[in-house]
Amino acid sequence: MTLESLKPGHRARIAAIDWGALPPADAKRMRALGFETGVEVGMAHHGVFGGRDPVAVSIGRMTIALRKSQASAISLEAD
Amino acid sequence: MSENFRVALLGNPNCGKSALFNKLTGARQKIANYPGVTVERVAGILALPDGTQAEVIDLPGAYAFDASSPDEEVTRQVVQGEFPGEAEPDVLVLVLDAGNLEQHLVFAQEVLALGKPTIVALNMIDMAERDGLKLDATVLSQALGVPVIETVAVRRRGLDDLKSAIADARAQIGTHADRPVMDATERRLEARTIAKATVYQTSKARRVGDRLDSVLLNPWAGPLILLALLFVIFQAVFAWAAPLTDALDGGAGALGAWVEGALPESFLRDLLTEGIIAGVGSVVVFLPQIVILFLFILIMEATGYMARAAFLMDRLMAGVGLSGRSFIPLLSSFACAIPGIMATRSIADPKDRLTTILIAPLMTCSARLPVYAVIIAAFIPAREVGWGIGLQGLVLLALYLAGIVGALIVALVLRGTLTKGGATGFIMELPRYQLPSVGDIALGLWQRAWVFLRRAGTIIFSATVILWVLLSFPQAEPGESQVDASFAGQIADGLNVVLEPIGFNREISLALIPAMAAREVAVASLATTYAIDAENEEAEAEGLASTLSNRWSLPTALAFLAWFVFAPQCLSTIAVARRETNGWKWPLFMVGYLFALAYIFAGITYWSAVALGL
Repeated sequence: MTLESLKPGHRARIAAIDWGALPPADAKRMRALGFETGVEVGMAHHGVFGGRDPVAVSIGRMTIALRKSQASAISLEAD
Repeated sequence: MSENFRVALLGNPNCGKSALFNKLTGARQKIANYPGVTVERVAGILALPDGTQAEVIDLPGAYAFDASSPDEEVTRQVVQGEFPGEAEPDVLVLVLDAGNLEQHLVFAQEVLALGKPTIVALNMIDMAERDGLKLDATVLSQALGVPVIETVAVRRRGLDDLKSAIADARAQIGTHADRPVMDATERRLEARTIAKATVYQTSKARRVGDRLDSVLLNPWAGPLILLALLFVIFQAVFAWAAPLTDALDGGAGALGAWVEGALPESFLRDLLTEGIIAGVGSVVVFLPQIVILFLFILIMEATGYMARAAFLMDRLMAGVGLSGRSFIPLLSSFACAIPGIMATRSIADPKDRLTTILIAPLMTCSARLPVYAVIIAAFIPAREVGWGIGLQGLVLLALYLAGIVGALIVALVLRGTLTKGGATGFIMELPRYQLPSVGDIALGLWQRAWVFLRRAGTIIFSATVILWVLLSFPQAEPGESQVDASFAGQIADGLNVVLEPIGFNREISLALIPAMAAREVAVASLATTYAIDAENEEAEAEGLASTLSNRWSLPTALAFLAWFVFAPQCLSTIAVARRETNGWKWPLFMVGYLFALAYIFAGITYWSAVALGL
């Protein structure tokens, strides 16, 4: 399962991130915000329009807005 | 040494750095752009407890030196003394959010590794406590090897201690501390270790912000709340600003009248009254709208709501290759493109920002309304088309929609061509909610107002003088009208050759020249031209709307409306675009493409209307 399909209110640990699938600038920014293998993330909110994109992800003590296309590069560990 | 003592504030975005900077330096700030980039350089003077002074610069927020935005690149270059024309700072004040220590300590490791004299401000300690965190600053200080001062910028807590620490750090200027240089993974591990040691108590209590978000980002309530808020903002910009705008307008008129009475008749007097006071006055009247709009924008930014609005609107903006951050600037442009373009500073991606600036003038601003109103009143019959919908209102709506659709198409085209690439998607921290500080908002308003008056004002000033000279020279022979004899009249003759094919007459060509200063001037100058032309008193008294409906064909009037949907007839907008893009290249491109669109669509409108036999 990848991050964009995590249900709101649920949490999971990052299993792997496909950095190559992300534009380099996005990858840099996401690394700087602490997205890494082994880190716990949660789905805080889904967007409103068009496929409920973007999503708001909680990581550490922050909430980060991401587009689903970016979140789909992040694979989660199964429960 | 004291004049040269330079302190730089740096830290992650949302660490409360700017609030701290405001409290350290007060209102005496200098805002400029770093040369060659559209990043703001904010500097101020800090009075130290020992009576000396330091120059403080507030560096743009950065997540890392490994830049992924122009802001971060500027921060890295300035701190490392590589920015041309910018002296290397002597002492760094590293601002950390106590409530998000683990994340902020990652960048801190990178800053500390530089070995420069550094002081850590452990900021927003009150918010961290509110969230149930307890921190030990001594542990943090030992782990980092630098002084740590607990601060609450908005409550002035810890400011004196911070100032003393800055003064003390002067002794270490030029020294280099050997601190470990780590790679990104090591920095994050180290940050985690230090944060665990420093934060000795956490609570699982649900944060206030989470509860707010569950309402404000709710799929049903969220957009409705945003819509209601936007309605209030629009109402305020149009309604609250009106009396102030009228007062300024009246003030400029009164000043002009007073100067006219006080000075003997001369060219100097005419230049002062008709040129400078009337011209600069026509720009200053935008000030109330700008201040009111920025009041809302600054409050939305300071509370953290702006990021939520961007989150809600991102999907819609993504459709034309922009992101949620462009939403507020474009919306502001319906009031006036000037604050809209100024508000694009919150867009981090330079290409998104440029695209937004370039399409902002297509949003129907309030200055177009007088033009639309006159033409619609003169040419569109006030009849209902059914269901209580009036034809005049429908035409007005169509004009607004034409601007929006035009903007969306232009954005799509630009994102595929000139501002291609760099589509960094949308990654945005949703900062914690905060109560804004009145002082910070007031300071921000003052700075925006001043930037507008000073920079746009100087360009407007020169342009209005030039325009006045064009309209006043050479002087008319007796019996000849001044406008016909003037350079502007001659230019209008030339312009007419170009504009005749799209259905414009010479009077329109003439009105378009002074309307370069501001669109609504077109109405006044049409009135003047036809008043001067009027052969008898009767014709003069019949009012502009009926004069126009007698003299223009319907296709001409429709073409004129189409022209104003696109034409960049506003010097202030061009001046602000120049300031915000740091050069003439993009404003000239903007003017060029907008005039081209105006010409094409006015032509299409005219010939279609003629073909339909209207």
